[in-house]
Amino acid sequence: MSTKKVVLKVGDDVSTDIIYPGRFMATVLPSETPAFAFADNPDFNKRLKSGEIPKGSALVAGKNFGCGSSREQAVSCLKGYEMMIVARDISRIFLQSAINLGLNIIVCPEIEAAEGDELEIEGGRMMNRTSGKSFATNPLPKARQAIIDAGGLIPYTRKLMLSNPA
Amino acid sequence: MGMTYVQKLLAKAVGQSKVDVGEVLEPKVNLAMSHENGALVISQFEEIYKGTDREAKVWNPDNIAIIFDHRVPAESSKTAGNQKKTREFVGKQGIKKFHDVRGDVGGICHQILPENGYVRPGYVLVGTDSHTTTHGALGAFSFGVGATEMASVWTLGRILNVEVPATIKVVVNGKLPAYVYPKDLILYVIGKLTAQGANYKVLEFHGDTIRNMSTSGRLTICNMSVEAGATSGLVPPDEETLRYLREEAGVKEKIETFGPDADAVYEQVLEIDASKLTPQIACPHTVDNVKPVTEVKGKKLHQIVIGSCTNGRLDDLEVAAKILKGKRVVDGTRMLVFPASWRIYHKAMDLGFIQDISRAGAVVCNPGCGPCLGIHQGALGDNEVALATTNRNFKGRMGNPKAEVYLCSPAVAAASALTGVITDPREAK
Repeated sequence: MSTKKVVLKVGDDVSTDIIYPGRFMATVLPSETPAFAFADNPDFNKRLKSGEIPKGSALVAGKNFGCGSSREQAVSCLKGYEMMIVARDISRIFLQSAINLGLNIIVCPEIEAAEGDELEIEGGRMMNRTSGKSFATNPLPKARQAIIDAGGLIPYTRKLMLSNPA
Repeated sequence: MGMTYVQKLLAKAVGQSKVDVGEVLEPKVNLAMSHENGALVISQFEEIYKGTDREAKVWNPDNIAIIFDHRVPAESSKTAGNQKKTREFVGKQGIKKFHDVRGDVGGICHQILPENGYVRPGYVLVGTDSHTTTHGALGAFSFGVGATEMASVWTLGRILNVEVPATIKVVVNGKLPAYVYPKDLILYVIGKLTAQGANYKVLEFHGDTIRNMSTSGRLTICNMSVEAGATSGLVPPDEETLRYLREEAGVKEKIETFGPDADAVYEQVLEIDASKLTPQIACPHTVDNVKPVTEVKGKKLHQIVIGSCTNGRLDDLEVAAKILKGKRVVDGTRMLVFPASWRIYHKAMDLGFIQDISRAGAVVCNPGCGPCLGIHQGALGDNEVALATTNRNFKGRMGNPKAEVYLCSPAVAAASALTGVITDPREAK
């Protein structure tokens, strides 16, 4: 697995209103939501849309990332860029929706990284290749592992639905 | 060892005598609620059935509610298209608990559910809206989920992989002083717990202040429990719960109630003396940035908003009407009022509240969520400051990241509308 460059670092309590402002909520389809990711941070939004930020980059956050509204657009807009989210912790609804949609999220309670740093997961630890430090990661809820293994909640539910008698 | 309210509720839901905190369950869902984002739920639901030989039918249309409230009437062709798609789906699937854009039975989902008797104690209730915590006021384990999670519920009729949450017991005793309301209490609690303090846990409310509180006030405190990160806010049902369900929600059927065990184990106990509380303000840009009104009074305001699922009920409008009656919203400050439902709107008209509020210069809008999250009317200009009885003050929340939102009770909002600055209602003339 290659390293991922930190393209945005944010603090604690970053709400879904910041990730996906409410005024774009009439847009719902995962194919359309990435255009409005972090829309109130126009420079970052422009660099995402233009492709200047390559897909599969990393976002580093503090505690309670994704708090507030349950809007799933806040997850699908980041999924559209295959963003890796490394947060000190993640709010409940955002975490569940991220697992459901297959967004790459890593809970890393002690993470220290600056924009521009190169991160890499190795043996369950988050390695900051730039600073040379490494950090423990928390496993995702084991109850949700089957959903992750199935590739998201849609294929998982489809399998359960088909196993019921018609 | 005994069980907390949510443990007992989930044990009953899955037919076990006991459940432990952290245990993973898949309870049946009694009510699954969506609003305009039902359009996304529908596309995810149809995706589940794509490529299979099964017909995409919801598990039980009677257990699904859809209420249009976020952008009513539609502000754009995109919203109108989503509402049209949802309306067609509702008809095809036979979903009866559907509240369209109407001036009789319409309103905000978190008011429509209780007032129509759709919520019962003991229910497992999920909604594609984070403020679904509201319905814990009637003793339901009620929490927000994403749209894809809801599509799975529509398919299976149960919610997957629910971990039994730990409980924080909030004990409130004493009489709330004059001009201090349930909103001030919950802002104070959020300030104490912080925005993350109840993450992955539930709040269970007890004490004589809660017992003596109307269901309207309980809806306010459970509504905002999510702002401390709580999965749900819960008031174990009592006489008031039954009175509300019988008299106001028109429920005829038998209602089963239960409470937590006396020896239930709580992760934390927070005790509050209500008699010492003062009006509280949540300052920008987080809901846990809570200060007594005395510390922020005098702040210049451009817009005042009363309403939302948090504080748009009849008693909230009454407080505002009493303060505004015969007076005038000060020039340079605009005031918007959004009742939580049309049923409330009509009662407020019958009692003269709407007239008093309107004649004072406030704009009384149709029930809806709009300005609370900056998606439909009431947006702020650059560097403007709003004071609102809504539930969130995040950056950009009222439609503009260069504006500020302060949160308060209807009394603080109405008193401030007369002065144009944050005003302590206890000192208002």
